[in-house]
Amino acid sequence: MVSEATNTRKKSVLWDWLTTVDHKKIAILYLIAGTLFFVKAGLMAVLFRIQLIAPEMEFISGQTFNELVTMHGTIMLFLAATPLIFAFANFAIPLQIGARDVAFPFVNALGFWLFLSGGILLSISWFFGGAPDAGWTSYVPLASREFGGLGIDFYVLGLQISGFGTLISGINFIVTIINMRAPGMTMMRLPLFCWTMLVTSMLIVFAFTPLAAGLALLMLDRIFDAQFFIPGEGGNVVLWQHIFWIFGHPEVYILVMPAFGIISEVVPAFSKKRLFGYTSMVFAVLIIGFLSFMVWLHHMFTVGVGPIANSVFAIATMTIAVPTGIKIFNWLFTMWGGKIKFTTAMHFGASFVPTFVLGGVTGVMLAMAPVDHLYHDTYFVVAHFHYIIVGGIVLGLLAGLFYWYPKMFGHKLNETLGIIFFWIFYIGFHLTFFVQHILGLIGMPRRVYTYLEGQGMDTMNFISSVGAFLMSVAIIILVINIIYSALKAERITEKDPWDARTLEWATSTPVAEYNFAQTPQVRSLDPVFYEKIHGNGEMKPAEPLDEIHMPNGSILPFIMGVGMFIAGFGFISFHMDLFISPYVIIAIGGITFFGAMAARSLQNDHGYHIDKETVESMEKELS
Amino acid sequence: MNAKKRFLRVVPLMAFMLLLAGCGEQGLTALDPMGPQSQWIFDNMLLSLYVMALVTVVVFVIFFIVVMKFRQKDGDNDYPEQTHGNTKLEVAWTVIPIFLLAILAVPTITGQFYLSVDAEDIAEEEEETEGAGDVDEEVDEEDLQDDAYVIEVTGHQFWWEFDYPEGFTTGNDVYIPAEEEVVFQLEAEDVMHSFWVPALGGKVDNIPGVTNHVWLEADDPGVYMGKCAELCGPSHALMDFKLIALEEDDYASWNEEMQQEEEEPEETLAQEGREQFEDQGCIACHAVDGEGSAQGPTLTNFGDRTTIAGFLENNEENLRDWIRDPGALKQGVNMPASPGMEDDELDAIIAYLDSLERLDDETKEDIDL
Repeated sequence: MVSEATNTRKKSVLWDWLTTVDHKKIAILYLIAGTLFFVKAGLMAVLFRIQLIAPEMEFISGQTFNELVTMHGTIMLFLAATPLIFAFANFAIPLQIGARDVAFPFVNALGFWLFLSGGILLSISWFFGGAPDAGWTSYVPLASREFGGLGIDFYVLGLQISGFGTLISGINFIVTIINMRAPGMTMMRLPLFCWTMLVTSMLIVFAFTPLAAGLALLMLDRIFDAQFFIPGEGGNVVLWQHIFWIFGHPEVYILVMPAFGIISEVVPAFSKKRLFGYTSMVFAVLIIGFLSFMVWLHHMFTVGVGPIANSVFAIATMTIAVPTGIKIFNWLFTMWGGKIKFTTAMHFGASFVPTFVLGGVTGVMLAMAPVDHLYHDTYFVVAHFHYIIVGGIVLGLLAGLFYWYPKMFGHKLNETLGIIFFWIFYIGFHLTFFVQHILGLIGMPRRVYTYLEGQGMDTMNFISSVGAFLMSVAIIILVINIIYSALKAERITEKDPWDARTLEWATSTPVAEYNFAQTPQVRSLDPVFYEKIHGNGEMKPAEPLDEIHMPNGSILPFIMGVGMFIAGFGFISFHMDLFISPYVIIAIGGITFFGAMAARSLQNDHGYHIDKETVESMEKELS
Repeated sequence: MNAKKRFLRVVPLMAFMLLLAGCGEQGLTALDPMGPQSQWIFDNMLLSLYVMALVTVVVFVIFFIVVMKFRQKDGDNDYPEQTHGNTKLEVAWTVIPIFLLAILAVPTITGQFYLSVDAEDIAEEEEETEGAGDVDEEVDEEDLQDDAYVIEVTGHQFWWEFDYPEGFTTGNDVYIPAEEEVVFQLEAEDVMHSFWVPALGGKVDNIPGVTNHVWLEADDPGVYMGKCAELCGPSHALMDFKLIALEEDDYASWNEEMQQEEEEPEETLAQEGREQFEDQGCIACHAVDGEGSAQGPTLTNFGDRTTIAGFLENNEENLRDWIRDPGALKQGVNMPASPGMEDDELDAIIAYLDSLERLDDETKEDIDL
């Protein structure tokens, strides 16, 4: 204990965070980075909602508007939702399966730093002549060199780099969940959040690879004058859409499935009931994961691929409603007959169910291909996917935040502020997006920076903007809550502050760096709850107390992230007037990246051991 | 009980319909369909809305019962009964949605063919007739008129070009005969656009390198608003157009008129304007009667237009501002500003442009143009 403690104390706090490979700390890094990007993209939304608050406003120009919506969408999906999900996945997965860390801690850290360097690369586009402006889908030819600005190079390289990070993290989660479960935790005792993350990670592996290919092709087009997407030169415009949506549709499920998982943890915990229909939930998740690859064409019903293809994909899309419906009713019946405790987390968890249904039913409406010719590219679609993304993913993430917060930080968030936050956010959300359904039907296309007076769109746009302001007020209250709780809230040491059910609540609070001193023996689904009823309330250990092997921290993932950032910037600089040749920049970045990689390969790092006595004394101190 | 249930189902629908009633500008909103295609789309949208409202109501009712009834009471810390699930219930909510989806699947497939097959067939027929046209031109041209009236639509950043089978072109305003199926052949010059007249039907994309078709029909003569639905650059929001449906006779005479050579303007100012139009180089981009380049919108019938560039009300003041600096009003347009133009030159050009009319006043009044 003594040697370890002094060892860590010698390092500066900054160095500690830059070199950490601990999944709990990486989770917090993801949480902070994701929150910052979330707030940034939210502020962009407020800016363009100001522009749309009244007809023919002249607050921002059409060009700026396009840059703002593009960045809003791109950041929200890639740099806010994804890392926030990874934050909870990183934190909860090893704890929920009774493991000491993820399978590849070094790779885990590398995933974070690649994500962050890609994100920062995308964000600095504002300082180099404008952000990407072709929409988050970057449809060619608008995104080609001829018609699109320099910003799109930042989009291509930034997403490519952060996508690599996401991809390797996904692989890491798969291996962790398959390989590192505690004794007795069969696949059919796996907590549902782990199940959803397993399926999500598989989707990441199969979806981010076509994205990487597509981005590479677009990069060749834009930087090296290839012609994959240039019509008239042998290229095909629709090809990009196919590649993009083969990634893009699963991406929606990559984001929403973990939200399903979080809800499936929060709802049973606060209803004090076992998840209703666990087996059907697992199969529903698997089926949704599979089907999500079969339906990409429903984003392209108006592209003109013909009635047969449209019909096939329309029916496939509708099919997804069946497993989703199973999940909805299972959640409802988990609560049915329970003893529901309405904490803030449960407010989000419970309200998720009806809200997500509203997004789901418009999804089925959109799936009717011939009617989609009306909805496509209008505010109806904007309303639909915000009901899924905010009403689904964001509510799920917020439920997870309030639920896991005490385990992550050692204190609860303030419940009163939390519930005020919930109601303002929830009302603001419905005000913002419900009216957008109707706006779409009366003829408002999406991605328009203005609309003319006297087309019946004034009132509803005003309501929508007011809702957006309310949502940002709510987020301010959340930030106040976080700061207030950090200063004032009572520190908790109890293992299980919510009277919850899964294995993460069997660890000490705060969680020791090795998670479990002894790997637990799992005897049932909801192991912690099972031991409360059938045992003495403590998990039975599956191994004797012994010394624990831990990985060493490393600065190399951070350096590799920096190397990628420099190389990525080098590729973009082909179309900039810099004093230095792009080849030189790429070489510097490449040498940094591959140098760090070589250093890692040549280094003989066996990690270190925490001896038995230290573990014993740490455990005593923590309990 | 039953009546209550039925009532519960109807309430949200009624609320929604009330909400819809006050919505949208006539001639724009899809909630007030004005053609057979938009009527079909609207009816099926309602069908799916009813089915989905049913699902939503069921979920909401269960949800509210749950949150009202199953709250933890103070001091009651026992665990409730732990159920694993219920196979019958789980099967029920797997099978019932499948039935509901089957209800929607049928019109989905039939409708997809109803909306798109015609356009493709017609295009094929057109090709066939064109091919056969070498043998007997007169007969086949007649066939073409009978089978399909095809107008070519080309999307540009940020305006619409309409090429008629009779060989003339209009910009930003498209004229069609009412009560007749018109096929639009969709193409794009630069980036993707999407051709959409909400009150008449669904949108189909204009894609460079791809030719798409959509048919539309207007039940009544009138002016219908159209929009570009695919992000195409900074002024995407302003890429509006008008679809003007005329009585068959009116359409025929308008069509005839469009094919005629332009008459010499009567007013002297307009005559001077015509010279200015050439001297100032306007004609380098804007054709009148097929004379001049078609890089920008054709101005043959500019005097009939309700809007300048698709979105600005067509009056003298706006036209003056537009010619002086179009980029200030519509970001990213190709038309250059004319800071050096004298006021009297500008007056002349405006007078000339206003004189370019091809619709008689009576027709204009009829359709409230």
